[in-house]
Amino acid sequence: MFEPVLLRNIDVPDGHRLSTYEAGGGYRALAKVLREHTPDEVVDLVKQSNLRGRGGAGFPTGMKWGFVPKLADKPKYLCCNADEGEPGTFKDRIIMERDPHQLIEGLAVSAYAIGAKTAYVYIRGEYVTAIRRLERAIAEAHEKGYLGTGVLGSDFNFAVYIHCGAGAYICGEETAMLESLEGKRAQPRLKPPFPAAAGLYASPTVINNVETLACVPHIVMRGAHWFRGIGPDKSPGPKLYCLSGQVRKPGLYELPMGIPLRQLVEDHAGGPLPGRRIKAVIPGGVSAPVIPEHGLDVGMDFDSLAAAGSMLGSAGVIVVDDSTCMVKITTRIIEFFHHESCGKCTPCREGLNWAVKVLRRIEAGEGAPGDLEQLEMLCKGIFGNTFCALGDGAAMGLRAALKHFRDEFVTHIEERKCPFH
Amino acid sequence: MTMREKIEEAAARYPDQRSAIMPALLIAQRQHGHLPGPVLEEVADILGVERIWVYELATFYTLFHTEPVGMFHLQLCDNVSCMLRRSEDLLRHLEAVLGITKGQTTPDRLFTLSTVECLGACEMAPVMQVGDDYHGDLDIARIDALLDRLRAAAGRASGADLAAAPPGE
Repeated sequence: MFEPVLLRNIDVPDGHRLSTYEAGGGYRALAKVLREHTPDEVVDLVKQSNLRGRGGAGFPTGMKWGFVPKLADKPKYLCCNADEGEPGTFKDRIIMERDPHQLIEGLAVSAYAIGAKTAYVYIRGEYVTAIRRLERAIAEAHEKGYLGTGVLGSDFNFAVYIHCGAGAYICGEETAMLESLEGKRAQPRLKPPFPAAAGLYASPTVINNVETLACVPHIVMRGAHWFRGIGPDKSPGPKLYCLSGQVRKPGLYELPMGIPLRQLVEDHAGGPLPGRRIKAVIPGGVSAPVIPEHGLDVGMDFDSLAAAGSMLGSAGVIVVDDSTCMVKITTRIIEFFHHESCGKCTPCREGLNWAVKVLRRIEAGEGAPGDLEQLEMLCKGIFGNTFCALGDGAAMGLRAALKHFRDEFVTHIEERKCPFH
Repeated sequence: MTMREKIEEAAARYPDQRSAIMPALLIAQRQHGHLPGPVLEEVADILGVERIWVYELATFYTLFHTEPVGMFHLQLCDNVSCMLRRSEDLLRHLEAVLGITKGQTTPDRLFTLSTVECLGACEMAPVMQVGDDYHGDLDIARIDALLDRLRAAAGRASGADLAAAPPGE
């Protein structure tokens, strides 16, 4: 029987208060590592758990921590990626609003492991409630000695600061986030050097997602074996799935990594709206290639979705039913990427602008023969040719829509109208 | 605290003053409602950074407004999850009842209407942000009730000069 841990306080009254968090065993993991473990032992524990980053890329967290040089003449930084801009995704907001101490404890344990004394939580500026609750939680944690100088009587000093974003999706890309934290336009940096070697202020830096950090105290308390026992061995652990779109019970669900997508949508989220049937599902935020209904028997984990031609991404699951035009949805997705392109590199900046114009024309019934081939040519020009993954995400999404729902695009062009209007 | 004091307090969190430009702009915008040129220059002067660094940030991030917005900035999400829950109908309704199109401000400067990219609250789509608050599971009746509450709040809050009040406060 699966027991949710990340969402255990979500529906508890005052779940965002320190007293609630402590009553549920909160901050015992921090006390335990300070008392019983060296930083290297904590890194090893996270490596053994095989925790993979929950921000989208799925990189092994312990390995990322292990890249931080042990001896450095510069301070080390921990950055929490709480920018959460991927359409369809809202998991980090709910953790920060309703159980912010879970994140703070994760930050403290993680900072101890990598040798950081300062963490910046980069939160999107729209999340005002989350920002206020996290601010209050940081103050509470300071008062009780979980943060500050000599945490819980140890020689570990640690401060957490909130840095508010201001409405740019690209800040979710880790090097763009660092640029933004340094007070510049958020544009991605060329890698290498990777942040673990030269990140914030050219210092060794680890960047982890909110959900990733929230997993860490549970791994400390329950052990790596417990974590690896949930879901597939290659991407284990509890996972937060965001369900939205044309489904009966949109919401945030904590279930094992690897749960079949069909089970997630039909059993947990209640299936399609009355009288409708599911046509397609975007499994991991709009960067993740769309999956047609017949492909829903796929496990929701990094490797299974990659093998199926999509990706877990942020696990922002968007359900689309048979009343909806896939050309319209695809156009809106590419409009999003075009709007959010930071403008640094030409394939993304110009290619997406061009793709949006073609897609809008097709949706309006003004498509021309050759338009679909032109879109495919644009995808080829964008994919793999951009500084960061924004262009790749857009190209993958467009390619998948053209592959799985080509008949809808063709109908628009041939009938010179949208058949859904 | 004065704006200068708030900015200086925020700047103390960073080893480099340039990092404090975004927090400073958010503080300044809350104070002034938007960020005209003289405010941007004041921020640069308080932090002791190049003015162009402040300008380039104020014009890159969508939450910074260099032009005035109405007392209530209605920011309707029209990204995929909200679109699938008929946010387009809500936009048409808002445009009709306010007598403006998206991007515009009502002549009484009470409402500015915008569409925005994902607000990260897709579980309660369709969603609209007004000032600091999210309003979800919206339909036309809830939109109308919300507009009535905002108009009433404006009446109570002002009595004097609505246009002088910062947005969303």
